[in-house]
Amino acid sequence: MDLALETKDLAVGYGGRPLIREICMQIRRGEIVTLIGPNGAGKSTILKSLTKHLQTISGRVLVEGTDLRTMSCRRLAEKTAVMLTERVSPELMSCWDVVASGRYPFTGRMGRLTHADEQIVMDAMRTVNVLELAERSFAAISDGQRQRILLARAICQKPEILVLDEPTSYLDVRHKLELLGLLRTMARQKGVTVILSLHEIDLAQKVSDKILCVKGDRIAGFGEPAEIFQDARIRALYGLDAGAYDTAFGSVELPKIAGAPQAFVISGCGSGIPVFRQLQKDGIPFAAGILYENDIDCRVARSLAAETVTEKPFCPISDAALERAGQLMAGCERVIVTDFPIGPCNERIRELLNKIPAGKLHRTV
Amino acid sequence: MPTKESDEARLRQAGRRRRARYALVFLILLLAFCAITVLNINSGSVRISLPEIARILFRRTGDAAQVSIIWKIRLPRIFMAAILGGALALSGFLLQTFFGNPIAGPFVLGISSGAKMAVALTMIWFLERAGNASSAALIAAAFVGALLSTGFVLLLSRRVASMSVLLVGGIMIGYICSALTDFLVTFADDANIVNLHGWSLGSFSGMTWDNVAAAGTIVAVALALVFALSKPIGAYQLGEAYAQSMGVSVRRFRVLLILLSSVLSACVTAFAGPISFVGIAVPHLVKRGLHTARPLVVIPATFLGGAVFCMFCDLIARTAFAPTELNISTVSSVFGAPVVIFMMLRRSGRD
Repeated sequence: MDLALETKDLAVGYGGRPLIREICMQIRRGEIVTLIGPNGAGKSTILKSLTKHLQTISGRVLVEGTDLRTMSCRRLAEKTAVMLTERVSPELMSCWDVVASGRYPFTGRMGRLTHADEQIVMDAMRTVNVLELAERSFAAISDGQRQRILLARAICQKPEILVLDEPTSYLDVRHKLELLGLLRTMARQKGVTVILSLHEIDLAQKVSDKILCVKGDRIAGFGEPAEIFQDARIRALYGLDAGAYDTAFGSVELPKIAGAPQAFVISGCGSGIPVFRQLQKDGIPFAAGILYENDIDCRVARSLAAETVTEKPFCPISDAALERAGQLMAGCERVIVTDFPIGPCNERIRELLNKIPAGKLHRTV
Repeated sequence: MPTKESDEARLRQAGRRRRARYALVFLILLLAFCAITVLNINSGSVRISLPEIARILFRRTGDAAQVSIIWKIRLPRIFMAAILGGALALSGFLLQTFFGNPIAGPFVLGISSGAKMAVALTMIWFLERAGNASSAALIAAAFVGALLSTGFVLLLSRRVASMSVLLVGGIMIGYICSALTDFLVTFADDANIVNLHGWSLGSFSGMTWDNVAAAGTIVAVALALVFALSKPIGAYQLGEAYAQSMGVSVRRFRVLLILLSSVLSACVTAFAGPISFVGIAVPHLVKRGLHTARPLVVIPATFLGGAVFCMFCDLIARTAFAPTELNISTVSSVFGAPVVIFMMLRRSGRD
């Protein structure tokens, strides 16, 4: 196995006091590993310990088989590049200067760039689409632009291992996708190993080969996304008591409104989602039905509705479901019906529509 | 969509503009240096005409009194102002790099005052026992005093992260050291008071060629070392963490920076007393002029700028109210302090 980085029983923390212990992970070359976990869990602490910015408390970090403690800063700099969360505000440095500083480990005694170095800097800036910022002052650009400049800086260091602490925190959605796409390309084509921390767990799921869950004084889990991204695990990791997290899509919903349903929503095929969200925002408890379990409305209704009447996929609607829906509908002040297709499978929904008490019907288009 | 070629052409053009700017700044500094040197030689209580000066300088002939004035009084003084001015500006630049703040300098952080106190103590000790104090002893004392003050500031900087608290701490250390120095001066022998008093306020008067040789050697070595450090200094401008990630061994580098800046400001204090604001104002003006922070150009330009600034201040100190001579700090504050105020306003406007 071609290991880029390995930790053995690592303990990390500040001032000699361990914050997280028994960190054991093996990261192969070209893998993307994402650290997820709540604020203050110690994601940055772990990353800083891997880059020698923080002294490890016990255990070992092996970079390509060499113990980090016996490795000089210079040697480490030739292998790894970092992007940190701390703000840097250098005076009178152009963006070009900042990116070019990534060539530091490879330049001569006085740090002058060769033509080849300049080409590498230019390529890195072009890759991140920041070449047009080259002459601008680093102090005068936006936080998101700064983050991309620092990414270009890390790239032009030509690292084998790239460590990024919350690289997406200031980026808009387009640049987030660009950044993560770029990381995947680098990992796949150049075999760069990427270790990063992310708050966007939906993105973490999509970009990573391995996920490290950080919570409490031990690692809460290390494994492939499919293994980690399970409802219960994510809820426990972030302590999600309120609200819902959909592991398949990585989307979140606000907490459902508790109480006896005041509205009943009859919908299907996604047409109910805006209605559910509006009711949630207005603070009205509601019930929904009859929804097939594979209907996208059903996923959201389960997060937001006080009660959801469901039916098994592709089966005709059962008497039991019809009866329960009828009961709920009778207790509600209004019934909202959206525009959705009715076919051979769900044609019994017409029976439900016919049972709507007079004066309670609201249609949405 | 810009092509690869157009990008390269654009960047090349920007590079040319930048280098032209560097060349212009250096040219201006060199011209100013020459002009002020000539003015400095030419002005003083004894008027000597330009052709006369040229003859004295290049052929060493002429009126014996005039030769002696130029060779024994004015020239060493000019050299000293240039060497020490450059040293002071460079010391400020190093401290600004160290603290990552443009308002750091040897004077505001109390380092000059610490050196001053140690020198005053040493002077009194030697004057009472041996009648005169050697340059080596004074420089050593100044270095120890500078390191002590720097040590205090560093201790403070470990406890508080805020730069403003650090500056206030430095200024307070400066006041304590100055108060102690004044105390010493007050109770020193009458014969020493005149000497000590003039020195403790800062002056380039009474410099000898021996002084020039001693200061010149120390400053030249320090300047060469600083120049050799320009690569890690550049990396350190992005902050300690990034510097380390580029392979700078940060701990050793920080020690070197502090030692070098202390040697430089100690050397100035030992010979000319504390001189205010040069360490902040000059690096700032030079960086603005060059419009870059690249150490490879900023270091020599700062040294040259400091030399010009101090020679200019000395010229004014000597001539403005002749025959009365002003303290060098009186003049450097008048020109340096407004620059610092302007800087602070700009910074607070931006943040």
